[in-house]
Amino acid sequence: MKIVVCISNVPDTTTRIKFLEGNASIDTSGIQWVINPWDELSLTRALELRDDPASGVKTVTVAHAGPASSEPTIRKALAIGADDAIRVNCEPADAFFTASQLAAAISKEGFDIIICGIESSDFNGSAVGGMISEFLGIPSVSSVSGLSIENGAPVFTREIDGGRESLKVPVPCVAIVQKGIAKEPRIASMRGIMAARTKPVRVYETVDTDCLTEIAGFEKPAPGAACKYIDPDDPARLIELLQNEARVI
Amino acid sequence: MESRKLLKSGEFLVSSTEAADVFIPEEFSEEQKMIAQTCSDFLETEVMPRMNDLEKCDRVLMKNILRKSGELGMMGISIPEEYGGFGQDFITQMLVAETTGAGASFSVAFMAHCGIGTLPVMYYGNEDQRQRYVTKLATGELIGAYCLTEPGAGSDANAGKTGATLSDDGKHYIINGQKMWITNAGFADTLVVFAKIDNDRVLSAFIIETAYPGVVIGADEHKMGIKGSSTAQIYFNDVRVPVENLLGKRGEGFRIALSILHMGRIKLGANVLGAAKKAINDSVKYANERKQFGVLISSFGAIKQKLAEQVVRLFASESAVYRVSKDIDDLMNSYKSEYSDKGRAAIDAISHYAVEAALLKVAGSEMLDFVVDEAVQIHGGMGYSAEMDVERAYRDSRINRIFEGTNEINRLLVSDTAMKRAMKGDFDLFGEAEKLFAGIEKLNDGKKEGESWHDEKKRYLENFKKLTLICMHGAVKKFEKRLVHEQEVMNNIANMMMETYLSESLALRVEKLESIKGELPVYRDILDVNIWETACLVRTEAMDAACAFASPEMLPVLSRAAEELSRVSFVNVKDARRRIADKLIEDNSWKF
Repeated sequence: MKIVVCISNVPDTTTRIKFLEGNASIDTSGIQWVINPWDELSLTRALELRDDPASGVKTVTVAHAGPASSEPTIRKALAIGADDAIRVNCEPADAFFTASQLAAAISKEGFDIIICGIESSDFNGSAVGGMISEFLGIPSVSSVSGLSIENGAPVFTREIDGGRESLKVPVPCVAIVQKGIAKEPRIASMRGIMAARTKPVRVYETVDTDCLTEIAGFEKPAPGAACKYIDPDDPARLIELLQNEARVI
Repeated sequence: MESRKLLKSGEFLVSSTEAADVFIPEEFSEEQKMIAQTCSDFLETEVMPRMNDLEKCDRVLMKNILRKSGELGMMGISIPEEYGGFGQDFITQMLVAETTGAGASFSVAFMAHCGIGTLPVMYYGNEDQRQRYVTKLATGELIGAYCLTEPGAGSDANAGKTGATLSDDGKHYIINGQKMWITNAGFADTLVVFAKIDNDRVLSAFIIETAYPGVVIGADEHKMGIKGSSTAQIYFNDVRVPVENLLGKRGEGFRIALSILHMGRIKLGANVLGAAKKAINDSVKYANERKQFGVLISSFGAIKQKLAEQVVRLFASESAVYRVSKDIDDLMNSYKSEYSDKGRAAIDAISHYAVEAALLKVAGSEMLDFVVDEAVQIHGGMGYSAEMDVERAYRDSRINRIFEGTNEINRLLVSDTAMKRAMKGDFDLFGEAEKLFAGIEKLNDGKKEGESWHDEKKRYLENFKKLTLICMHGAVKKFEKRLVHEQEVMNNIANMMMETYLSESLALRVEKLESIKGELPVYRDILDVNIWETACLVRTEAMDAACAFASPEMLPVLSRAAEELSRVSFVNVKDARRRIADKLIEDNSWKF
């Protein structure tokens, strides 16, 4: 069984995002790029399965749509333990474009399970995984929080209201995963980092696809109002503020 | 491409360096960054969440965490692949030392194991010893410690009383004695122990397993800081050590001890960078959250001044650390082509840079003390609370000025070693000094019309070096062989050397960085502030020294020379510091 994990290259979550003039694009100078946290957890779970001989998972590949400058993020995934990588050489524009490029590359190589993080921590579009399944014409399961292999077939677990749901899905299929799929991301070992130097990264050129959306602009949220601390022994003060200042009661 | 001229240790005083020839942290490869990230991730997931338990000196927990870092490969960075390591270059070793420096007590235990606990066997052990011990120390299967200090032998290491005698059958050395302040004592598996065989004048070194009968580990010391690291006395009561465990040759112990201390010092210079970056990050995050008088305290000039000064001092130390790391790598590579033994080639290259090792140790440990002190101050009352990381950082920092040779010893080493190397013929220091002294009355600041911003800085640095040489010359002439006993004057000279080396490293870094990225105003501000401060310092140190060695008639001459050679353009350091702080405040963490 072959697993491919789609990884996105996103700004480190502590980055203070700045926009370029016109507020239609992000100022990428000085940004530290990392693997999207949901994708990193997906990769961790995929590697756990590969490392368990009983699972039948033979290889874990990472797939990324992005320019050559995103190679460090791919190498990081290889250092963490992925066996090889696919990169579609493009400037990802929107979810439709990205999904179509990834789907084209994935279909050329053939995988049993395609795993995508539920969203990327930069644009939070939550659309790529579902679109890949549509492009490939295969089933997908969203909000997956558990993945195991039973008798050679994947079993997905989803958190549902008041309980859990287990789903058996024929391969090939797409799993759109959320946090909980693995406890903590794996740390790249020194041996893994050294090995990543020589692991293959296959580069595909783009297929013709239209971008269906265009970013009109970004806007930062308004700064939060100052927080007022109230002595816990002074509930009258709290009531006064809620009545007269916040005017909510 | 023509290879660059590799300066000898201390030669920077009489030579200039091209910016293109220095290594700067902005040049780390993706692989080096990944290695650093692994160390950071390890601290974040395995160390920091357990810090409160570690601080209770939980020996089992610390050993387990150390083992995990070994499983990840962090302990094998300096070890060649044939002994189970990853054979990384010295720059990468220093980057790992820096990154793990943010790990408080863990960092001390880790560095002690990887450095003084492991490398003596790697560098001085024979093939059998390396196979038996280094292969396991490199993976954390064994944890190592280093036993040099004794109750009566601290800075004077050769005064140790621990003794070794050969057994009647000639198969064992019988070791008796006591060692103290041994880091990792509580859980170490192997010890590198220094002792005198029979009544030798000099030390020999032994590899002793703590499982050998007669090794007794004392209780952990109650320390001011680094409470999570195990520090205890170790007693050797008729411990039978196989003769195969003599490390190096009989009588080679002192050389081993000194070489390893050079290595430990230079790595400490890198280690403190990580601790300082964490303290700066804690400082700016707090300043960006804490409000007083209705505004964030990061908007106050007094706080910006502290933040900026933290940045300037750290940036200078960091520049110097990686500058010398590249020198060591280059020398190591040249030795490796000459030597048959890679281990000896490595330690000889590190030991060669004894002046810079001592200098970085002193500068780095004092930089960290400054940074953590201001970190506590920025936190105000909260900084005094044990709930905050800066409170622990403040206590943890203090040991760095004491271990790996006190800063007092290391300051003396800076000036003394440079002069000794010059006398040995490594470079012409005294000839240059004499020439300057002879023409002292005509010395001026050398200002040239139309010089570039970088050339102006280079001229200042040349002048600082000239002033240092003049002081060296004056002091040697006056005190001759007694100079070594005039420790205050030796310290004046060491301080001038230290600040000049740091400023020069910083200037070279900014010049190289600008050659890659174009003009970088905030980095220029850092250099401006640093040069301004160094100019003030060298003038004061020079006159302190001059008053001790010069005649009343010479003092006005020296004073005028000091004035000329420390003259720099006026800088609005207030505004420059504000701009530096503003970048830190905007980024909300160290992103220089």
